Amino acid sequence: MKTTYREAMRAAIRDALQRDERVFLMGEDVGAYGGCFAVSLGLFEEFGPERIRDTPLSESGFVGAGIGAALGGMRPIVEIMTVNFSLLALDQLVNNAATLLHMSGGQFNVPLVIRMTTGAGRQLGAQHSHSLEGWYAHIPGLRILTPATLEDARGMLWTALEDPDPVLIFEHGTLYNVAGDLADDAGPVDISTAAVRRPGKDISLITYGGTLPAVLDAATQLAAEGIDAEVLDLRVLRPLDDAAVLGSVARTHRAVVVDEGWRSGSISAELSARITENAFFDLDAPVGRVCSAEVPLPYAKHLELAALPTAERIAAAAREAVGARG
Amino acid sequence: MSGTAARGSGSSDSDHTRHLLHQMLRVRRLEEQCVELYSAAKIRGFLHVYIGEEAVAAGVMSTLAPDDAVVATYREHGHALLRGVSAGAILAEMYGYVEGCCRGRGGSMHLFDAATRFYGGNAIVAGGLPLAVGLALADKMSGRSRVTACFFGEGAVAEGEFHESLNLAALWQLPVLFCCENNLYAMGTALARSESQTDIALKAASYEIASWSADGMDVLAVEEAARRAVDAVRSGGGPHFLELRTYRFRAHSMFDPERYREKTEVSRWMERDPINTLRKALEDAGQLTEKDWKKIQQDVDAEVKAAVEFAEAGTLEPVEELTRFVYSERRPQ
Ligand SMILES: Cc1ncc(C[n+]2csc(CCOP(=O)(O)OP(=O)(O)O)c2C)c(N)n1
Ligand SMILES: [Mg+2]
Repeated sequence: MKTTYREAMRAAIRDALQRDERVFLMGEDVGAYGGCFAVSLGLFEEFGPERIRDTPLSESGFVGAGIGAALGGMRPIVEIMTVNFSLLALDQLVNNAATLLHMSGGQFNVPLVIRMTTGAGRQLGAQHSHSLEGWYAHIPGLRILTPATLEDARGMLWTALEDPDPVLIFEHGTLYNVAGDLADDAGPVDISTAAVRRPGKDISLITYGGTLPAVLDAATQLAAEGIDAEVLDLRVLRPLDDAAVLGSVARTHRAVVVDEGWRSGSISAELSARITENAFFDLDAPVGRVCSAEVPLPYAKHLELAALPTAERIAAAAREAVGARG
Repeated sequence: MSGTAARGSGSSDSDHTRHLLHQMLRVRRLEEQCVELYSAAKIRGFLHVYIGEEAVAAGVMSTLAPDDAVVATYREHGHALLRGVSAGAILAEMYGYVEGCCRGRGGSMHLFDAATRFYGGNAIVAGGLPLAVGLALADKMSGRSRVTACFFGEGAVAEGEFHESLNLAALWQLPVLFCCENNLYAMGTALARSESQTDIALKAASYEIASWSADGMDVLAVEEAARRAVDAVRSGGGPHFLELRTYRFRAHSMFDPERYREKTEVSRWMERDPINTLRKALEDAGQLTEKDWKKIQQDVDAEVKAAVEFAEAGTLEPVEELTRFVYSERRPQ
């Protein structure tokens, strides 16, 4: 079946609404408008205003209401327009969703799913382009998903809804229009493991979400030069699939982490640290990183591009790592 | 006995009023015990007591049904107790013992109890309001006629979450009872120094929420206001808002030197002590004998004593269990 990432996501939401009457979608402009990125287009007409629930502009209020509704037995899907706006709901996410189970000594779990758009590449400037999923991956109690493929766009949501704890799904804005083939019977997928998207033996390129296409491009370029890169899609930023990361590095002895977040204090730093801590003697070269330049993302196209990880930069980092033969 | 037992249908008004007196005294003595235990270093962390404000929790709790939900703040020992959490489980929690209502994970500011639908214990000012809205949303979407009572201080009124929550509750006509405990101070900040409009019930009314204030030092007035509101909420009347005018007799927490208010102000309010006032009214009406009062005190003292013994006998959760309850232990697959 030909489809797009956006349509796969929508199919997942529709499927969840049909499967479980406790499920509902709520957020700003998810209903009458059709979703700010048109993910929920048509669902308002199909399921009505109770289950496709438009909210006022009150991120903290409706995220908190999602937590409360989850505590009250519902299975809410809360959509936040972009990760930048989720900062207005940080209190609810960090102080309530992530803590209630622990503070209550195991009495109150929060089966809530929150979806939001992340990332740059669309000239939206510094208040709509940031990649803050790495921040959220810092928080114990949250599960952080970054679907990068059609299969994951279609399959992660249902598994997330079955999860007893809060799950945040980050959808990179440049992926919505990605088109491809999806199996007609595509369904739920696991939300705990990383996936090898391209096997290789010379170097591990470790990434997630919006940078997966650029990393795959880089791997193709490198193959033409005789460098056989393995591409590992993390899929889940918390908890990290350490075994997959270390297993890949054990095979290739080299690693470059590609992360659209800023380098300082990032998930790429975490990965680099874990590889160094646990696989130091497997390494033939220092762990490399390709991240966004440390600026608020600029509007001008050439500047935005200059700030982001591109296939060229990724390939260059890989060549450097391979060149540094131990 | 818990406050949720409310008024038995056969009991007379004076029985019920004596019951409320008893409930307030339970809170008072438990709080006094907490202060003592804090001074003895048995309890640590932040401790906020409810002394002076007992009529608010006692009056509201007595109008709730067992399957209603309660959301409260960090000043919630009394709410938990009157909701039906045992004094022993509350004290053991403050001791940090596994026998505590949250296995020692929460402490004084984070009491939770699934059995009585007590959803905390929230130490972020106004952080509980959105949760209450969501609990009520779940009830409304599921066609249940339960009420969610949400307690918060007047300090919360300045927070964005207060306004977002009132708007959502009114917009969606959710079964929430907002109970603002207006004790005139947020730590050291007097209401008039933090709000351009100090009539809080009026503020709430601007969201098209039925809203009124009641004398929070008079448990019967609180109960009457709450009963009217709870009945309306339960029968589909949408959210209601009560501003309960009260006063805290003690410091904000154990670390507060109280530089911001006059001793005379405190003593003026203490003349309106909700327990003494009700006791006197009952005595004057010939509805409380010396013997009755003695009995109430003895019962409360025995309850608190037993709670301390329970807490003292508590045990520490093994450190190996430190990272439990970060994620649920029962997962699908
Ligand atoms: C969001 C937030 N800001 C600041 C604090 C610190 N703080 C704790 S209690 C308090 C005063 C709250 O006053 P009020 O809401 O009136 O409740 P009261 O203590 O009087 O019961 C403050 C400022 C906090 N806990 N949460
Ligand atoms: Mg106050």
